[in-house]
Amino acid sequence: MNDTNADETNEGGTNADTNGETSDEPTFEAAEYADGTVTYPPHPVGPNGAERTGTVDLRAHEARVVTWTTSTATPPGVREPNTLAIVEFEMGEGYDGPPVRALGQVAVDPDDPDGGTFDVAIGDRVEPVHADELREPGAGIREPASQSWDGFRFRPVE
Amino acid sequence: MERVAIIGASMTRFGQRDAWVRELLAEAGEAALADAGIAGDDLDHLYVSNMASGEFEGQTGVPNALAHDLAAMPAYTARIDQTSSSGGAGVYAAWQSVASGASDLTMLVGGEKMTHRSTAEATDVIASLTHPVEYKHGVTLPSFAGLTARLYLEEYDAPRESLGKVAVKNHSNGVDNPHAQFRKEVDLETVLESPVVADPLRLYDFCPITDGSAALVFCPESVAEEYVPADEYAVVSGVGGATDTHVVHERADPTTMGGVVDSSEIAYDMAGIGPDDVDVAELHDMFTILEFLQSEDLGFFEKGEGWRAVEEGVTDRDGDLPINTSGGLKSKGHPLGASGVAQVYEIFEQVTGDAGPRQVEADVGLACNVGGFGNCVTTTVLEGSQ
Repeated sequence: MNDTNADETNEGGTNADTNGETSDEPTFEAAEYADGTVTYPPHPVGPNGAERTGTVDLRAHEARVVTWTTSTATPPGVREPNTLAIVEFEMGEGYDGPPVRALGQVAVDPDDPDGGTFDVAIGDRVEPVHADELREPGAGIREPASQSWDGFRFRPVE
Repeated sequence: MERVAIIGASMTRFGQRDAWVRELLAEAGEAALADAGIAGDDLDHLYVSNMASGEFEGQTGVPNALAHDLAAMPAYTARIDQTSSSGGAGVYAAWQSVASGASDLTMLVGGEKMTHRSTAEATDVIASLTHPVEYKHGVTLPSFAGLTARLYLEEYDAPRESLGKVAVKNHSNGVDNPHAQFRKEVDLETVLESPVVADPLRLYDFCPITDGSAALVFCPESVAEEYVPADEYAVVSGVGGATDTHVVHERADPTTMGGVVDSSEIAYDMAGIGPDDVDVAELHDMFTILEFLQSEDLGFFEKGEGWRAVEEGVTDRDGDLPINTSGGLKSKGHPLGASGVAQVYEIFEQVTGDAGPRQVEADVGLACNVGGFGNCVTTTVLEGSQ
């Protein structure tokens, strides 16, 4: 399951292949630990204190919607309304760690004439789709340089 | 370890106030000192529970400011920030200071000034507690509530109306609280037809943005009667603090608040009681769904059954277990750093028989103060001295 060795979150960063070369394809990095546990986002140690050993690209895994909401009171620099979902990745039969989940925006439906997002429901299968900017850096209270602002939204799998 | 008593308590009117944080803290602090019959320079320790005075109004160093305003020098001072549970964490710190013998007289003042900020700005200050991978998606604390409420209703087959009944109950209780931000009843139809904020939750499922302050004075129980008569103090018989994940979606069960479970076990064990012994409780109903989760995770009701207790009136003021007799955060208001202190203020009033029209029969009361979306929790058990 280990894709790369990494010390920090590299979401939306470049993807290091086995030759150490990089491409521009953004990755959706979770961390893998010595006890086999996977978490998103990555932490310095796993939930049981196990050493971090590498990363897993969650783009390779399907996910299902655990729950969702549409927020109509959004902070500065955030789209309004903002439909969000918590999704749980299917990590395969060999994985027996805690659930691997992510929270993310639901993607815009290109066929929606009003520019709305896809409709989702609990249990729906979804896949990640990269967005260069999820909210406007600097519009809110957080220092723009303190974190990345790109990431993965979710859209239904046909 | 010393048993710790609360010998003085106060809270300001909660709501939209002209006063700024320094003035709010001084107002509550001065009243609590008077309630305990002491002066500022009697204090060994002075704590201020506050989440974000620097972010909200550009005022830092508030414990020092308060100590000067109350002539409490040279008392040791510290600011306690644990986001929305700063008040509960302050109760823990104040209890610890006396129980350990480090202080013979400690005052805790919690306060926040928020209403000069727009809803969007205040929401963003609070949301800044989230992890970067959550923050960049525009997540807010209300959106966590919407996500959790949808899952709860689905998993436990609870009707949407049951959440609305929490708001109706707590607004009804708030009518009799002279300190509450909202002192008006709301009916279920109003709640269910109010604007959507975080689907399936609507405006009346959320607490307001609030200014306010509350204060408590602590001393060893062994000397409490040197300050006040025996029927005017309460004993902190149990207190527990616990932490859950920073990243909310990493929790095994999104409808369980592990910090509530863990902190209450510690508090119950220290007090030598169980959930069945609690007569009245103040829970952190920043959102209506949180009253269900906490009432279950504190052991009052089985998992998934908290909504039935509200439907059946068990948690009404005249029910078997009154919850949020103060009106809760929902009606009373939620000035972040003050809320956990004000929860204990209400329990103090209840177990000392001083809650006026809100009074219920209560020897043992519990307050559960939650930071973030269950990220940090303090549970406090108070018992009357009589």
